[in-house]
Amino acid sequence: MPKIIVDVMPKPEILDPQGKAIGAALERLGLEGFREVRQGKRFELKVHGEITDEVLAKVRHAAETLLSNPVIEDVVSVKQKECGGGGCGCGDATSADAPEGAVPVDGRDLLA
Amino acid sequence: MTARIGVVTFPGSLDDRDALRAVRLAGAEAIPLFHADADLKDVDAVVLPGGFSYGDYLRAGAIARFAPIMDSIVDAANGGLPVLGICNGFQVLTEVHLLPGSMIKNEHLHFVCRDQTLRVENAETAWTTEYRVGEEIVVPLKNQDGQYVADEHILDELEGEGRVAFRYVGWNPNGSRRDIAGITNARGNVVGLMPHPEHAVEPGFGPDSVEGGRTGTDGLAFFTSAIKGLLARAS
Repeated sequence: MPKIIVDVMPKPEILDPQGKAIGAALERLGLEGFREVRQGKRFELKVHGEITDEVLAKVRHAAETLLSNPVIEDVVSVKQKECGGGGCGCGDATSADAPEGAVPVDGRDLLA
Repeated sequence: MTARIGVVTFPGSLDDRDALRAVRLAGAEAIPLFHADADLKDVDAVVLPGGFSYGDYLRAGAIARFAPIMDSIVDAANGGLPVLGICNGFQVLTEVHLLPGSMIKNEHLHFVCRDQTLRVENAETAWTTEYRVGEEIVVPLKNQDGQYVADEHILDELEGEGRVAFRYVGWNPNGSRRDIAGITNARGNVVGLMPHPEHAVEPGFGPDSVEGGRTGTDGLAFFTSAIKGLLARAS
């Protein structure tokens, strides 16, 4: 079933208290060397049928109205991902709306 | 005439009953309103109460803002209806863009519950005319996502236009920009604040005051201000 992935992050100028607490916890675990941790949100929207331009436009609208609050958050990417069921570790994701300078995301499991 | 003040109940509202009670103690008729019903029942003013609408899922107030009653409230507020958002109600008002800025998690990440001193900065809004500018009041504060944020341009605009309605005194309990506890819109009919005036309206159940334990009723003037304004307009 095709999926659309929306990633939302707190704006760079907004303090992220949760990220800060996570950063402190990493240090307590002895996992040092990270300058900053920021915590965002990932939304997975499963789609009925094909992902068309109309569907993507709807998702972008959803991302900007409900999924994020533009006062404090940025939608950093909207990607589509074809999934063959199961654990959904499949690849073949294409970026539909990556901002400038974003690291290209190709759907690979980076830990694999 | 008796003023009719509505209080909206969302799924997860906690302080709707206290807000209704505060309205009654202040001398108005308290009208329960329901999120799923767009009908404002001819109320003269609306209170959006505190709590955790929709469990604070997504962001505090983010889902409640799309409730059917909110369309009616936005239209009425743009027409001048007095609207007070308390805590979660304040969060709903920012999400629905009746007030600028937003609330994020408290800077120190702890839930705060305390009696909080506030300074009245604007005594001309629909909800603050019974206070004096510079007056310090004590009302309960209890929140997790209470850190008021907005960009510097918006903050300067709020300050410049006298739209900061309340500021924290003594201790900023959540890291809010410029110690802001509450703000108003340009017209002065919409006010939002994180602390809870509806919990400081009856001797015996309020914060401690110089007169004794739990005697504080500093929150009552929010409601009497609105009632006075409504009655003056009607006469």
